Amino acid sequence: MSHAQPGLAHHFDSYEQQKESSSLGMWIFLAQEIMFFGGLFTAYLVYRYLHSDAFAVGSSLLDIKLGCFNTVVLIGSSLTMAMAVRAAQTGKKQQIVTYLILTLVLGGVFLGVKTVEYGAKWEHHLVPGDNFHADVAEPGHVQLFFVLYFIMTGMHALHMIIGMAILLYMIWRAKQGAYTPENHNYVEGFGLYWHFVDIIWIFLFPLLYLLGAGGVGA
Amino acid sequence: MGQHILPVRTYLLVFGSLMVLTVLTVAAAFAHFAHPWDDVVALSIAITKATLVILFFMHVKYSTRLTSFVIVSAFVWLAILVGITAIDFAARAEQTTEQPMSVVPLEMRAIGDEPAEH
Repeated sequence: MSHAQPGLAHHFDSYEQQKESSSLGMWIFLAQEIMFFGGLFTAYLVYRYLHSDAFAVGSSLLDIKLGCFNTVVLIGSSLTMAMAVRAAQTGKKQQIVTYLILTLVLGGVFLGVKTVEYGAKWEHHLVPGDNFHADVAEPGHVQLFFVLYFIMTGMHALHMIIGMAILLYMIWRAKQGAYTPENHNYVEGFGLYWHFVDIIWIFLFPLLYLLGAGGVGA
Repeated sequence: MGQHILPVRTYLLVFGSLMVLTVLTVAAAFAHFAHPWDDVVALSIAITKATLVILFFMHVKYSTRLTSFVIVSAFVWLAILVGITAIDFAARAEQTTEQPMSVVPLEMRAIGDEPAEH
């Protein structure tokens, strides 16, 4: 039995099976990512409950407006990514490119804001290590909050940078017409990854930024 | 082909809901509910947002049961990680914030070491 269908690997019986297999593979990777970030969240939860006052102080030193803005930007990029997948499903080549570019731009805005935030942290002596200095009741525990802040948002940002590199590749490939309604598994798979990175931020934002909202110790 | 092409309206509705939930989570933070309800509210909203993204943006509502099984199992393992760690800490002798602590407060000792000076 020979398959003359374009973009169908020989070991699959149908596009449907190939698509299902591709999606399952990405989900198993995301399951690993859930456990990976899960470890970081567990560390955060333990220290947050051991030192709730210090963590509320640390959280109040973050800029809620920027965090909120970034949340809107990132969820927006998930919308544009979902639209890119939809464009691939409906065979609209130019739309795929447009939505992938929009996703890339929104990702860039997010990282730009994070850069501004990190810079401000350095200026205000909130980066853990020799730079750190805070006139608060428990400086050690506030520094611990910032250790977790930088590691968790840093890991998240690293995932976004990798995602943006892949977006660049996909924009190039989309322009070449590589993504068809029969096989756009790459776009769909990347979409799953990008939405997952969005979900991580959906949890990071309230846990890191909103602890000390409207005044500490209320 | 069996692929589910969602209408643009669905994606826009989900996006709108996510925006509303974002506003709600910020408002709830400033409302200062009594502990632990502040955490319950924050986590409930976050879980709702994540569920919307998973079901609609990630198409899981229209995917196979095998896919759902993989996702649920991941969260089961996460629950074991968080749950048993929580039980561990809840069962420990109380640590107060008056103790002098470095950035890494947990004392690590191997079995057989001399007990640390207190």
